[in-house]
Amino acid sequence: MASAVKLEGITKRFPGVIANDRVNLDVAAGEIHAICGENGAGKSTLMKILYGMQPADEGRMIVNGDEVKFSSPKEAIALGIGMVHQHFMLADNLTVLENIILGAEPSTAGIINFDEARRHIIEVGEDYGLTIHPDDLVENLEVGERQRVEIIKVLFRGAKILILDEPTAVLVPQEVEELFRNMRELKAEGHTIIFIDHKLDEVLEISDTITVIRAGRTIDTVKPEDVTARDLAELMVGSELPVPEIRESTVTDHVVIEAVNAAADDDTGSPKLRNLTMKVHKGEILGIAGVEGNGQAEFVEAMVGMRPLTSGSLSLEGVRMLGWGTRRRREAGIGYIPEDRTRRGLLAGFPLWENAMLGHQSMEPYVSNGFWIQTAAGREHTKKVVDQFDVRTPSVDVAAHALSGGNQQKLIVGKEMSADLVALIAAHPTRGIDVGAQAAVWEELRHARAAGLAVILISADLEELIGLSDRLLVMLRGEIVAELDPRDVTPRDLGSYMTGASVQQGGE
Amino acid sequence: MGKKILYAVAAPIAAIIVALVISSIVLLFAGANPLSAYNNMWEFGTRLETIIETLNRATPLYLSGIAVAIGFRMNLFNIGVEGQYILAAIIAAKVGAEVNLPPVLHVLVIILTAMVVGAIWSGIAGFLKVTRNVHEVISTIMLNAIAVAGVTSYLLSVWDVPDESLDTATKEIPQSGWMPSLNPIVELFTREINRVELWGFIVVAIIVGIVYHVMINRTRIGFDLRASGENASAAEASGTDPKRMIMTAMVAGGAVAGLVGLPELLGSSHAYNLRFTQGLGFAGIAVALLGRNSAIGVAIGAFVIGWLDRASGVLEVRGDAPREIVSIMTGVIILAAVIAYAVVERRRRAEEAAAAAAATAAERPPDEVGAAAGGES
Ligand SMILES: Nc1ncnc2c1ncn2[C@@H]1O[C@H](COP(=O)(O)OP(=O)(O)OP(=O)(O)O)[C@@H](O)[C@H]1O
Ligand SMILES: [Mg+2]
Repeated sequence: MASAVKLEGITKRFPGVIANDRVNLDVAAGEIHAICGENGAGKSTLMKILYGMQPADEGRMIVNGDEVKFSSPKEAIALGIGMVHQHFMLADNLTVLENIILGAEPSTAGIINFDEARRHIIEVGEDYGLTIHPDDLVENLEVGERQRVEIIKVLFRGAKILILDEPTAVLVPQEVEELFRNMRELKAEGHTIIFIDHKLDEVLEISDTITVIRAGRTIDTVKPEDVTARDLAELMVGSELPVPEIRESTVTDHVVIEAVNAAADDDTGSPKLRNLTMKVHKGEILGIAGVEGNGQAEFVEAMVGMRPLTSGSLSLEGVRMLGWGTRRRREAGIGYIPEDRTRRGLLAGFPLWENAMLGHQSMEPYVSNGFWIQTAAGREHTKKVVDQFDVRTPSVDVAAHALSGGNQQKLIVGKEMSADLVALIAAHPTRGIDVGAQAAVWEELRHARAAGLAVILISADLEELIGLSDRLLVMLRGEIVAELDPRDVTPRDLGSYMTGASVQQGGE
Repeated sequence: MGKKILYAVAAPIAAIIVALVISSIVLLFAGANPLSAYNNMWEFGTRLETIIETLNRATPLYLSGIAVAIGFRMNLFNIGVEGQYILAAIIAAKVGAEVNLPPVLHVLVIILTAMVVGAIWSGIAGFLKVTRNVHEVISTIMLNAIAVAGVTSYLLSVWDVPDESLDTATKEIPQSGWMPSLNPIVELFTREINRVELWGFIVVAIIVGIVYHVMINRTRIGFDLRASGENASAAEASGTDPKRMIMTAMVAGGAVAGLVGLPELLGSSHAYNLRFTQGLGFAGIAVALLGRNSAIGVAIGAFVIGWLDRASGVLEVRGDAPREIVSIMTGVIILAAVIAYAVVERRRRAEEAAAAAAATAAERPPDEVGAAAGGES
């Protein structure tokens, strides 16, 4: 089959790193082509080059048989290339419709024709089984929906070659299945899809061809029938595929976090979290499973003091946290890994060491007497975090936006876990982290647990949830609907509890 | 290191050159000879007296620039400095005139009064934002109108002392509440100064600059402020209370804004009158933009704009051109600076990348080159 995209010898350098080192990539027309590789391998960079967002320093790009040079995404879009980024790029305060047509408004004589746009969008959505509501405000959407908006936005611009950068990282298994259905549909319609993914079984399931990149170079291009997940992992990181598995229990009967009948509203003011009662013990990892949007986010925000309870209580070490702000809770030893790193966890333009300080800016070693910033000590501490958690960066002085997505995540996980904590609220801690580094994070979590940390773990990765948790709660529509023993539950079972299919039996 | 400094000064210098070129064109259109105009400005502007006047002008501009910069640091657009300083000046003038205190204390009370008034007036905008979600641009515009056209005019009419002069002014502050001129100190290093006095308040402005720099870059509060400006949700998740941050920034900015009228009040006018300098609050926005919110940058910006303002008088006197030409020059400098900063930043990044490339290319073992080019490992 003819090549839709052919990249030859693409090289891209950033200060202190070569992101792409003469990478070759050959994507056949009409196939689903996966790109795998560890964090910082250069996947996103390569895709941004293909999408015209960044110029390559060297190399050739051939699209549909013609050599091309892009100086902006506009030119790539004109040739039918579209990209959905690792970190979504939607304007929160605009509606779905406005976001989709932004920059490609159908207009007559300068006046935007909203009705036509709305019709067209619904049409595009129906064609590929992507359901969205054009008039919803983007800030009220769940991640899965946001992603659909991004995909429709790309299709709306007439893309025939789609680039999806880690589309499944933010999805729960049911949503992944739906996305894959959409992808197959698109392929059947003749689209070519290039996508990036760290979950190897997903890659094997959906792709026609897999290219593995390591340290900025093309390592190999393989067919899914010829390899196993283990082979892929080895190609990627040169090590074995890790399994999240907990060893001996370290759970004590000392209660660290206790919620009693806690309730909270969502952003629109309607009740979201109901009657939540739970305990987390010293040395315990409590997993919370649930489809996104069933109250986990509200619970996490209530725990860290960003959302008031409407009734009930939350306590830390037996003390009710009524009226405690986020800073006080952090100072009391609550760590927080936010689910959305770019929104809640990073200061993109600030150096890494100031990012490591974020959330601990009233505490040693970053600050003395709660007031004076200790630059040297802060940088020193950040260096330790960078080493221990294998954050790939030229130095702790580079701005956070210069790090690859997975490395940003490692920094956030690392700085939280290396603080003096009694409890950790970890929302999707390994989101976007490659298989090798994932194992390292799991290991750190186990260590911390053995040392007495109480952890609330929220994850869309059910294997991670089952493998790490001592106890599992399932959340549905703002309530705990089941408590499960991770030792005798499979991801499939868990999935049906999450969608409510097994609530009756489990809720007893 | 040398490169670093070069990049730091490249943008402002480029901006000034561009501004000179564009201003020359404007001058030509106005029928003036740009060379003679610049020559006159330079000759007049480098006199000791003009430099003193420039510093007197730059001092309030600097304070105003810092007041605006505090808000800018967390994406608050406080355009209310104008109203804050006018209101602070008249109330401070009145308080200063009514109290009887020993010298240093008297000045301190006036300063404190001005800061409190500025802080309260600005705090109203902050309060409206955190409780009613009123955008600070809207509220500060209204507060400006209320302060300048409403309250201050009213107060001035009430506090005006009927005396033989026709001047509408508050009662004069007794001498214990004046700030001494710094002429004797300058004269130690230069020559005798004629006609003009260097206002002592410049010392306060320098202290404000140092405190601002240290607070922003070296303290937790400054970090909270910068973090809130960079990413408000992440700052909130890190424990900064967004509402408190807004109040802090507005109140701190207002307190500094309160100082803007004092160099003149304590240095020369000693009373609030109809001729009291207006417009410094708006000029502060330009100064903050030009100085990119840094303590040093704002100082340079204040000096440049202050100098243009003072040195331009000569254009009219010598018949080169109307002095309004300088408003155009100031505008062009600001625009050019903003553009130049962006261009230089891009250039610096490109050079960094090229340097990195050179370094990494040298490290690459020759035998690997062929293998990698083939796409295999
Ligand atoms: N704008 C930038 N400035 C400097 N360095 C950059 C920039 N963007 C990327 N890099 C560097 O380039 C390398 C490749 O980054 P890239 O984002 O392509 O990785 P990735 O393969 O997508 O990783 P991940 O799986 O973590 O998303 C990293 O070392 C990163 O730090
Ligand atoms: Mg990436």
